[in-house]
Amino acid sequence: MSIAATQKRGFGAFLWDYITTVDHKKIAHLYLFGGGFFFLLGGLEAMIIRIQLATPENDFISAGLYNEMITMHGTTMIFLAAMPLLLGLMNAVMPLQIGARDVAFPFLNSLGFWLFMFGGILLNFSWFMGGGAPDAGWTAYAPLSTQSPGHGVDFYVLGLQISGAGTLMGGINFLATIVTMRAPGMTYMRMPLFSWATFITSVLILFAFPALTVGLFLLMFDRMFGSAFFDVALGGNTIIWQHLFWIFAHPEVYILILPVFGVFSDITATLSKKRLFGYTAMVFATILIAFLGFMVWAHHMFTVGLGPVANSIFAIATMAIAVPTGIKIFNWLATMWGGSITINSAMLWTLGFIPSFTIGGMTGIMLASAVADYQYHDTYFVVAHFHYVIVGGTVFGIMAALHFWWPKMFGRILHEGMGKLTFWLFFVGFHLTFFVQHFLGLMGMPRRYWVFLEDQGLDTGNMVSTIGAFLMAVGVVIFLINVFYTWAKGNKAPADPWDGRSLEWAISSPPPYYNFKQTPLVRGLDPLWVEKMEGKGEITPAEPLGDIHMPNSSILPFLISLGFTIAGFGFIFQVDHSAYLILVFAGIGLALLSMLIRSLKDDHGYHIKKEELEREAD
Amino acid sequence: MTNNTNTNHVDSFEKRKKKEEMKKQLISFALMIGFTIIAFIAVAADVMEPMFVVPLILILAVVQVAFQFYYFMHMKDKDHEMPATLMYGGVWAAALTLAGLILIVWW
Ligand SMILES: [Cu+2]
Repeated sequence: MSIAATQKRGFGAFLWDYITTVDHKKIAHLYLFGGGFFFLLGGLEAMIIRIQLATPENDFISAGLYNEMITMHGTTMIFLAAMPLLLGLMNAVMPLQIGARDVAFPFLNSLGFWLFMFGGILLNFSWFMGGGAPDAGWTAYAPLSTQSPGHGVDFYVLGLQISGAGTLMGGINFLATIVTMRAPGMTYMRMPLFSWATFITSVLILFAFPALTVGLFLLMFDRMFGSAFFDVALGGNTIIWQHLFWIFAHPEVYILILPVFGVFSDITATLSKKRLFGYTAMVFATILIAFLGFMVWAHHMFTVGLGPVANSIFAIATMAIAVPTGIKIFNWLATMWGGSITINSAMLWTLGFIPSFTIGGMTGIMLASAVADYQYHDTYFVVAHFHYVIVGGTVFGIMAALHFWWPKMFGRILHEGMGKLTFWLFFVGFHLTFFVQHFLGLMGMPRRYWVFLEDQGLDTGNMVSTIGAFLMAVGVVIFLINVFYTWAKGNKAPADPWDGRSLEWAISSPPPYYNFKQTPLVRGLDPLWVEKMEGKGEITPAEPLGDIHMPNSSILPFLISLGFTIAGFGFIFQVDHSAYLILVFAGIGLALLSMLIRSLKDDHGYHIKKEELEREAD
Repeated sequence: MTNNTNTNHVDSFEKRKKKEEMKKQLISFALMIGFTIIAFIAVAADVMEPMFVVPLILILAVVQVAFQFYYFMHMKDKDHEMPATLMYGGVWAAALTLAGLILIVWW
């Protein structure tokens, strides 16, 4: 009923519906759309980088623009593409998997999304105003970042500060949801691995992001208000930035990889028709990775000169992480072993992930050896390593998850043929692009350089790498075509297209806006599978049919985020002229006013009446 | 719906519990103000060596944090295991960060 009504209402109402929504499923759509948009933008930047490096001493773009390109490619892909896409998947799937009707704080959920989106837009405005985009690398090391001319780095600071606040809110929200809103019988040790991964990832977000927030504030004060935290001449210390940044950014890479570990665990079990091998070991391996992830940050700083003792400690701690990661790899293989495996697009991405990610893990251990790192540091070997982990892990995982949960999220099944074509093009392109970069690095090609010289043994490798990048781009374009094709005339999805095991497959695709008519009763790990094996095939409700309490939509999250973004522009440009302070006051004023309205105006939501639910026969 | 039975009895029990709770909150609040005053006096009175003042203030701070966690944020109550775990996890992560920074940057 509601779908037909939306279609009749026209585009304006549709837009208003999404801007004001507090429904976790719609916010998931927004995250996927926003993250997808920035993924294409970051991909475009990557293509420009690869074109510039296709031939020796190329001058496709200028040196300054190249610096902006690499900085924005890294920043965009990590903060504005990978993380939001993962948050979108968590929003879409986690509440369904634990049998909840929404996240714990729907209003906060919407606020988190809009802060991310506006932060990302603010960051990208740097292309058009203030003398160019940030150009100090995605790591923004001081003193390069404190001395970078123009407003580029200011945009970096404010954009990441605003979108980071949104991510922090998302993390806290998921924590509260999983702690308090699991359905009856859904104990912690019955949660699907993706929900577990969401939980652990949220802990990482909660503990890691404050370090970035502090670092960004220090940088902001150094650049805008004349402080000297990173100014050695005035008694500051540039190394503090590196520490603060990596204390955040090492857990950050686990924020990117742990959710897809969850994705692959759920996909492997479902599409092999077997219970996940070593469920408990998988859970504790995830926790262990997160725990160790906070004690290894200095492995990015081996060449800084911390001394042999510190380097050795951090090297050994880093190598220790290979143990829980290895446990996971073997558990996935053991889950598939002897299973009846369905090879569809989602499974292809999973199968492609295991060897690709393992290569990334192996080079990770090579890099963890502090003595050897002096050779690898700041070469293309490092570039190859982290792309194997982030593309071969995170991007493969996001693609697998999209193909797997697309029916649940959008009610239609992605076209299988195009899905497989996307995989093969992207998979081959990916290895072409990055495998050869290991050797370019070992031969001495430094990262972040604008050009390389002819006849130094780097010509062929770079050309191969660029060709691979184009193959990946074609793969992505075919995926986009697939999305539009599916949207226009894809097959309608049944509730349970993959013979699923967890709760999300027990309700219709897409789920009704209240998710579960009656809260489900969970009777074991893989609750839907338990019921299927006992011949029932559907979940037992834990409560009689009754009124459902729902939150009201609100425009306030949008306005609060807009306010902070306007203030962000004010902060950036008040350095040039104090008149821009008006923007600071107006923006903060708008945000505070919206918060005041939220605090003072009682909003108790509404109830879906029992009779109405009865009328909507299933 | 469920509190139709024995309403009065439950109410008086609840009331007593709340009163008890309020008393505890007020006591810890008064103690915290006391600690703060002690800290101020220790610095202002200028009778103690800084070697004593600094650890004294740190100890007072730790006690105050404990009051904050256990009384004002209810970590002493039942069903607060998960918040407690996360809180101590956060303390652990922060301590590690500080220790790392102090050891590596300034040593
Ligand atoms: Cu790291």
